[in-house]
Amino acid sequence: MFRILEARSLAPDVKYFRIEAPSIARARKAGQFVILRVAGDGERIPLTIADGDASGGWIAVIVQGIGKTTKHLNTLEAGEFMHDVAGPLGMPSHIRDFGTAVAIGGGVGTAIAYPTAVALKRAGNYVISIVGGRSRDYVIMEPALRDISDEVYPCTDDGSYGFHGFVTQKLQGLIDEGRVLDLVLAIGPIPMMRAVADVTRPFGIKTIVSLNPIMVDGTGMCGGCRVSVGGATRFACVDGPEFDAHEVDFDLMERRNKAYVGFERNRLEEFLEQVQT
Amino acid sequence: MTIEVPDVWPPKRERRAIARLHMPEQEAAARARNFSEVNLGFTEDMARLEAMRCLECKTPTCMEGCPVGIKIDLFVSLVAEGHFAEAAQIVKLDNSLPAICGRVCPQENQCEGACVLTKKGESVAIGALERFVADYERLSGLAVVDVPAERTGKKIAIVGSGPAGLACATDLAKAGHDVTVFEALHELGGVLVYGIPEFRLPKEIVRAEIDGLRRMGVEFITNAVIGQTTTINALLGRDGFHAVFLGVGAGLPKFTNIDGENLIGVYSANEFLTRVNLMRAYEDGSNTPIFDVRGNKVAVFGGGNTAMDAVRTALRLGAAEASIIYRRAEEQMPARVEEIIHAKDEGVVFKLLTSPLSFSGTDDGWLTSARLQQMELGEPDDSGRRRPVPVEGGEYEIDIDVAVIAIGNGANPLLRRNAPGLVFTKWGTVVADEASGRTTKKGVWAGGDIVTGGATVILAMGAGRRAAADINRYLATGDLSCVEFGC
Ligand SMILES: Cc1cc2nc3c(=O)[nH]c(=O)nc-3n(C[C@H](O)[C@H](O)[C@H](O)COP(=O)(O)OP(=O)(O)OC[C@H]3O[C@@H](n4cnc5c(N)ncnc54)[C@H](O)[C@@H]3O)c2cc1C
Ligand code: FES
Repeated sequence: MFRILEARSLAPDVKYFRIEAPSIARARKAGQFVILRVAGDGERIPLTIADGDASGGWIAVIVQGIGKTTKHLNTLEAGEFMHDVAGPLGMPSHIRDFGTAVAIGGGVGTAIAYPTAVALKRAGNYVISIVGGRSRDYVIMEPALRDISDEVYPCTDDGSYGFHGFVTQKLQGLIDEGRVLDLVLAIGPIPMMRAVADVTRPFGIKTIVSLNPIMVDGTGMCGGCRVSVGGATRFACVDGPEFDAHEVDFDLMERRNKAYVGFERNRLEEFLEQVQT
Repeated sequence: MTIEVPDVWPPKRERRAIARLHMPEQEAAARARNFSEVNLGFTEDMARLEAMRCLECKTPTCMEGCPVGIKIDLFVSLVAEGHFAEAAQIVKLDNSLPAICGRVCPQENQCEGACVLTKKGESVAIGALERFVADYERLSGLAVVDVPAERTGKKIAIVGSGPAGLACATDLAKAGHDVTVFEALHELGGVLVYGIPEFRLPKEIVRAEIDGLRRMGVEFITNAVIGQTTTINALLGRDGFHAVFLGVGAGLPKFTNIDGENLIGVYSANEFLTRVNLMRAYEDGSNTPIFDVRGNKVAVFGGGNTAMDAVRTALRLGAAEASIIYRRAEEQMPARVEEIIHAKDEGVVFKLLTSPLSFSGTDDGWLTSARLQQMELGEPDDSGRRRPVPVEGGEYEIDIDVAVIAIGNGANPLLRRNAPGLVFTKWGTVVADEASGRTTKKGVWAGGDIVTGGATVILAMGAGRRAAADINRYLATGDLSCVEFGC
């Protein structure tokens, strides 16, 4: 059992959890994730480690309530427990001084991009952060990113805050201004990551995405997380989750991620009914 | 069924007249739709009568067939005489997991295959008797836990809680060491819980073994992925373990790499079985989904135990048609004979000498069909088995909704990431001495599927015990120089 030290809301349906997990806190590196089970009969879900402190013995995850498990997770408060947390899993981000690095986060993807952005800054990069959301309420972690970035551009689809438009438009803008970009890290919904890859491809800018396929064990044992990268099948949980965006078959991943939508809808409805009564 | 059991063991010449007893089982049509155990086990009378078939050979060949050398002659005669608890004790001298091995060992290639009775008829049902005495002991609560009160103060880390790790932990705990088992998953038991289904090996039996180890003072840490959460060097250094045993299994599913393998509906057997067994996707209200196979066609590719488990699981989930597609002939199937028979009785369709060429699906990525190739047996290959070769013009297409790939497992790569000093083969397995389990790294032993590649429960168990014996020797002398690999 893993104790929740802190739980707070970041945006509608998005919650930040600080969890006591000393061995994971000690071992984790930017880009890695945990597999978590809320309760003893829960499913195993992957969540990227958004932050952590080895001496404090904690890690943080940021959860968007979409299905039953994540909605259930988001009902938990400090002092309560998560049944299982295993990690850190996956390969750490490849960090070095690239020059100018752009970290792009869409929705909760921002939380996932954050630790890698921190590591890139520490490695000496000039870091530009672009954070997107539907509207002002959905732009998360901007203050934290301001602390570690040289430039920060919030973007909203409805123009309620920051740049009016998609993160890709902001990125395109930077390229059009003639800025030299050495690395782009894009984490968010699949359509966003695909769009970023399309923007940077013609310019040959190295672009990294963090993939979130359906997972079960997270240890390479089942192959459920397989993705196609450069025409080869890779297991995102052990070979990834970060891959070269220009090589990823996003269409395949988008289709595979829909495998259980019907099941998930039913479970969610049951759960919401249960919560109401 | 009532059985007449003679009061005394009949003279040898009369024993051949007793026909081999068939273990009672759930009726095929019913069991093909539920997850309860298929085999129901011998009654006491049945066990005694079956044991009385033993000819008490002067030099029993059955024992030569047992990979761990169980004193079969002795335990079978104790069963014949009705001393079941004593019989269980004898089995446990050599096998720490008899209730499990009695259920899943390929007896026909081991003890039973070597029984003299096979020359003229059917062997003694040694596996069923092993299962009987182990169940008898467990259910009667007679199992004794013997842990020395005096502790050695030595700490040992076991990585992986499959049969290799559990067997190693048992012997080391009995020797008075402080044993900690690290398991990557949230549940203990390895393939015994995530792979082999409830209907063949009830999880309650695995849990009973683990509870026994807990009573012996063994500590279990789940969610600990060695290589990621911590490393072998950290266990030996910072954490102060005196020895590490690696029993991490062969958990990397192989795929066929044919077109369409990433369509939705194509599973590895590990994923299919893990969703159902470990995550209980078969139960109403489970939080983990599985493709709804009800009324659908499921094809399982492979011919081993894993393939049989997957195809029979598909039937139980309600598949309209569940078939095995195997590139060689039935005699060449590596699965236990009993599983093949059970699968057939339950209505599994066998398409033998058939190999997949590709999978096709809808535009939105759902599997709809498989293109297959008819094969025939050609010349023997390296393994001595006649190699299947394609029959000209033998290509055809079948409609399927789910495909399960069960063509074996490679070695899991996680451990390798952070294991300086260990040497791996080109297949990714750990190089270790067969007799002692010593690896090329001081203080580290290994055994089970991570050394042999996918093999059997009994071999993994045996390897765990040999390593425990060697670790004990090392801890007694404390001399690391004598535990060099291969010395
Ligand atoms: C579906 C199926 C059916 C089978 N049927 C039979 C049968 O009928 N008869 C038979 O004899 N054999 C059968 N086998 C084979 C048998 O199960 C294996 O040979 C045996 O379980 C191997 O034991 P092991 O202890 O080496 O590894 P495993 O049972 O694989 O256990 C390894 C454990 O280590 C854990 N682990 C892995 N990596 C790490 C890490 N880095 N850190 C911590 N923990 C880790 C795993 O999660 C797992 O729990 C079957 C196998 C499968 C898959
Ligand atoms: S989640 Fe099972 S192999 Fe990656």
